[in-house]
Amino acid sequence: MSLHVDSGPSTRAPVPPSRRHGRPGSGRTFLSWLDMKAAPYFLISPYYLLFLLFGIFPLGFTLWYSLYDYDLAGTVKWTGLGNYSALLADSAFWNAVVNTLGMFVIATVPQILLALLLANALNKRIRGRLFVRLGVLLPLVTSVVAVAVVFTQLYGRDWGLFNWILGSVGVDPVDWKAERLPSWLAISTMIDWRWTGYNAIIFLAAMQTVPKDLYEAAAIDGASRRRQFWQITIPMLRPTMIFVVLNSTIGGLTLFAEPTTFYGGNVHGGSNSQFQTVSMFIVEQGFREFDYGYAAGAAWLLFIMILIGSLINFLLIRRIGGNK
Amino acid sequence: MTTLFAPAEARARRAKATGRPDLWKATPLTKIVLAVTIIVSAFPIYWMVVIASRSNREATDIPPPFLPGGNLGQNIQRVLTNEDAHYLAGLTNSVIIASTVTISVVLISTFAGFAFARLRFKGGRILLLLVLVTMMVPLQQMGMVPLYRMMVSLEWIGTLKAVILPYLLNGFGVFLMTQYTEQAVPNELVEAARVDGASTLRIWWNVILPAVRPGMAVLGINTFMLTWNDFLWPLIVLTPDNPTVQVAINSLNAKYGTDYVLIFSGTALSVLPLIIVFVVFGRQIIGGLMEGAVKA
Repeated sequence: MSLHVDSGPSTRAPVPPSRRHGRPGSGRTFLSWLDMKAAPYFLISPYYLLFLLFGIFPLGFTLWYSLYDYDLAGTVKWTGLGNYSALLADSAFWNAVVNTLGMFVIATVPQILLALLLANALNKRIRGRLFVRLGVLLPLVTSVVAVAVVFTQLYGRDWGLFNWILGSVGVDPVDWKAERLPSWLAISTMIDWRWTGYNAIIFLAAMQTVPKDLYEAAAIDGASRRRQFWQITIPMLRPTMIFVVLNSTIGGLTLFAEPTTFYGGNVHGGSNSQFQTVSMFIVEQGFREFDYGYAAGAAWLLFIMILIGSLINFLLIRRIGGNK
Repeated sequence: MTTLFAPAEARARRAKATGRPDLWKATPLTKIVLAVTIIVSAFPIYWMVVIASRSNREATDIPPPFLPGGNLGQNIQRVLTNEDAHYLAGLTNSVIIASTVTISVVLISTFAGFAFARLRFKGGRILLLLVLVTMMVPLQQMGMVPLYRMMVSLEWIGTLKAVILPYLLNGFGVFLMTQYTEQAVPNELVEAARVDGASTLRIWWNVILPAVRPGMAVLGINTFMLTWNDFLWPLIVLTPDNPTVQVAINSLNAKYGTDYVLIFSGTALSVLPLIIVFVVFGRQIIGGLMEGAVKA
């Protein structure tokens, strides 16, 4: 990467003399003063304009909407915190919360462990390094919808490959969509298939910054490979681990496409909503029932969930790294 | 990379000479882990092609078929002419949306990255911090209801504008380009151009732009893939007769649940452009990902 830096700009940097605004030391004109002071704001203004329109405005208005009651007929009534208290008493909302958290845990824990294992393997001296890394990252290229379509077929009750494999070792076919735990497992594998390799590459990047002398010193002291991994690699990986886990927390708690596609593009999440996530609940309330206030309230509760989840994970990882 | 590699080789040789175990040697276990991973990674994509090139009767055979058949062309024909999916429109829309978003995000981020990394101005640090904080907010879920209502009152529902505009907000891009500019453009270079009397815009064009091009490429590929693959927002603001490719697949999936061959052909066709991008730019994608990870 650094090669580009050295060769590019230095040959192009000097500005043609004829185009100069003013000679150095000849005193700044009003225009160049304006250029110095205003240009930075001008350069960042596109981003902040968008931020205002599509960031601040919706966030504020979501809060505003959540204080009103909308019904199908289009009447709007002030309800204060009514939507929130209704949500907290709504078993359908809690069902979505439980599903979201359940799938988050089932998907994330094995995913991070597998990614660590995989990163450790990638960190060895291997032939065809680029090919192997591309292979590991391949799932990231496929869209979530595509992943979900393929896995939904693989998990089919009657003609799915997984049930065929189970059948050939004498296990009865599983109706993956019909029940809670099997459906959670099926959806979790979709998430893990897509993200494990990505996280492994991120871990690998961090592993390569660990000084190799540390391992050699440990090896001389007689520490086994396993001990080196847990006592050198893992603690040194802590900042990256925080990044990966926070990323997974946000992604996991906002899960939408996989379970929706798993149920044929329907946000109800199974016949008994056994795999409806909070994101699907929000879409169902807002865009199927047209109860905007209720959906907006659920969105704020989801945001609070994410903040709490991130905080817990952050503290957990700090402890794990700190103890060793 | 070469500088990293040479000492490793030397270490390996030294380890051999001193009789100590070589820590970076790939054990059989390593090779098995990697081989299994690659097979598992590739299998669903291979499977997509197998089913997409078969007939529905073969797709539901027991045992299932494991090799591609000869019906791919015919199946893709069926996808393209399907009246519910509007697949071709979806493909065109996805190309338009992803390209527009990519170009805009890369430009906006390069501008802002230059300002944050190499220009001094009041409030700069706080504004940058604001970008980082908003990266934590799930804007899609949080902003869905008001943004939808906004698009309704603008009468933009069903138009590509409604999809494109909210996507242009990309805090990650600003963050990445700030990092990249800081690393790629020495401050002295900007100062020197300033002394020569270059205006800010000219510095951006002549000094910054040539230096940060690799960073722009990484951000561009990333943005294109994310936009191409996104599903929730287009599903809400677009109508099935003017979809993105993901929404078109969703229509197929919702309407023809057991016509696996049709759905799989549509899916395979939607993944193809990205696989090509991935194969061509694979080295840059991995390089950018690993560099970004260490800095974040």
